[in-house]
Amino acid sequence: MTQSEQAQAEQPLDEIFDEDIVAKAENLIERYPQSRSALLPMLHLVQSVQGYVSQEGISFCGKHLGLSDAEVTAVATFYTMYKRRPCGEHLVSICTNTLCAALGGDEIYQAVREHLGTDGKPLGHEETVGTPGEKGSITLEHAECLAACDLGPVLQVNYEYFDNQTPEKTIALVDALRAGKKPAPTRGAPLTDFKGAELQLAGFFPEDPIQYRADVDGPSQAVETLRGAQLAQERGWIAPVIEDVPLPEVQKK
Amino acid sequence: MTADPITPVLTKRWLSPYSWKLDIYEKLEGYTALRKALKGTPEQLVQLIKDAGLRGRGGAGFPAGIKWSFMPPNEDKPHYLVVNADEGEPGTCKDIPLMMADPHSLIEGCIIASYAMRSHHCFIYVRGEALHCIRRLNAAVREAYDAGYLGVDILSSGFDLDITVHAGAGAYICGEETALLDSLEGRRGQPRLKPPFPAAAGLYAAPTTVNNVETIASAPFIVNGGADWFRKMGREKSPGPKIYSISGHVEKPGQYECPLGTTLRELLDMAGGMKDGIPLKFWTPGGSSTPMFTVEHLDTPLDFEGAAEAGSMLGTTAVQVFNETVSVPWAVMKWTQFYEHESCGKCTPCREGTYWLAQILERMVAGHGTEEDIDTLLDVCDNILGRSFCALGDGAVSPITSGIKYFRDEFLALCEKNKAAKPELVGAQA
Repeated sequence: MTQSEQAQAEQPLDEIFDEDIVAKAENLIERYPQSRSALLPMLHLVQSVQGYVSQEGISFCGKHLGLSDAEVTAVATFYTMYKRRPCGEHLVSICTNTLCAALGGDEIYQAVREHLGTDGKPLGHEETVGTPGEKGSITLEHAECLAACDLGPVLQVNYEYFDNQTPEKTIALVDALRAGKKPAPTRGAPLTDFKGAELQLAGFFPEDPIQYRADVDGPSQAVETLRGAQLAQERGWIAPVIEDVPLPEVQKK
Repeated sequence: MTADPITPVLTKRWLSPYSWKLDIYEKLEGYTALRKALKGTPEQLVQLIKDAGLRGRGGAGFPAGIKWSFMPPNEDKPHYLVVNADEGEPGTCKDIPLMMADPHSLIEGCIIASYAMRSHHCFIYVRGEALHCIRRLNAAVREAYDAGYLGVDILSSGFDLDITVHAGAGAYICGEETALLDSLEGRRGQPRLKPPFPAAAGLYAAPTTVNNVETIASAPFIVNGGADWFRKMGREKSPGPKIYSISGHVEKPGQYECPLGTTLRELLDMAGGMKDGIPLKFWTPGGSSTPMFTVEHLDTPLDFEGAAEAGSMLGTTAVQVFNETVSVPWAVMKWTQFYEHESCGKCTPCREGTYWLAQILERMVAGHGTEEDIDTLLDVCDNILGRSFCALGDGAVSPITSGIKYFRDEFLALCEKNKAAKPELVGAQA
């Protein structure tokens, strides 16, 4: 346990998770017929506060859902997205599943590991460069298939997509993040930080209407995504024309 | 009459700017199917989906209308519709672009399907890493509530429905429908024993139907066009259009929505052929869990029957294309490492089997394998296939058994240099 973790451990729950977070936790519970269903979003919520699922985060969820720490821990440790150590300002996830790897994903991951490493030691999976909580810190991980194979090799920063990567592009990206900049993703909302992304995963979106709209309208229409529809349009290919037909008759039972 | 090579139905609106917004959706026939559906009865809608022959787009291909008809006609317990948007099968990338580009088509499908199954609460379980989809879906749900398409007394029909968008947290296994239900209940995502099937005891032990995104998003078009229209695309037992996601060593990877039964040769033609003209070596018809194909299978019709007859499965129509530069044992090792990481640990064959398979393959790829390793791999696979709790184990052995079936020489070549070595006798020094 680091000093800051130790200091945090002694902090009472209501200092770490303020009234606003308590209200959000209560709101999550209301969304489901049974309260326990709110556990996954609530774990995202505690990550949005601390940048990881801490022991206090586990107790907070348990307290609101009437579950023991052991029950919450069993769930938190099952899922990859719940981090057990404080995450950097940004989480960089590089796809190294087979297809991306064959297109260069493994090379990208190796290049970034070495680039972010210190004293000749490459940065490892789920390791952080810089100090978590400070600007420009990055936690690196290799990820499983990120479901953007037509745009491979891909990576995500705080779960926003950066498509068609190369080692050079990715190194420039992590350098910019280290310098406190926030490059625009290929697809997704303007970058905030890992905690900001976790708040949205918990189901809470920006209240400022301009920011909300900018987030929702962040780009998605990649050339690759539209290729089939585009080709059909160019060649005049269409689906059979829809004519209004009645619903089938069925015998009343 | 044969349909055009590309039949944009689900992907048609994707070309329109701001296609994810309600006003654009409404201009492009959005929510017209809902109005029509709400004037009919639930029985008529189930019959329509049965007549259309719509089969599940999540991989297994179970007829959606039949699945819907398993829901009890009474409402002794609440009914739930759960949309499986936990897209994670390696190679699969169709639902995420759909939800980003056209979230309202999924929501309209959810309302129609919920009405057909007498459900008043629908959950969309989205893969956690798909943040932009989650954002777009939430925005679309909010717009739909404001416009009266969701909530109480939808379009004055007397039908009520709430939709909750739920983010997952990074676990491939949650794409398995019963693991997804456990996860949605706030537990570790581990599969349940079947029976009971979800239609009898699903979410909160109440009648539940789990459907894939593409399946549900197809419903509004079928309501508008009818079963005969849908059947003008695809083949007799696998009708309709399907989003083929072509990735890898092709000139123009992307999403191509074609009639079911389209072949790889046709798809490659649309996708500009093999990248830099380097010949094809192997490919998956529908994700890494579907046994790989080779150049022999260029003309295999890619529908549920065609892929199965050729010894594989249609899966998610995630067509991953690999050229001659890629080592099959290496690709198989990478996939096996994936299954090892994603095995949920509930059952022994899968938990232990994937662990050992990955180690054997790593050893072989590193050049320390022996011919016997191939037999060991196949033996372990034999102990997983059909003996594990859910389909993850079956999927895990697919790349290995198919890889060895078509490319045994490559596995043997890795062992070549270890073959000459004399066996060491215990206790004896050379």
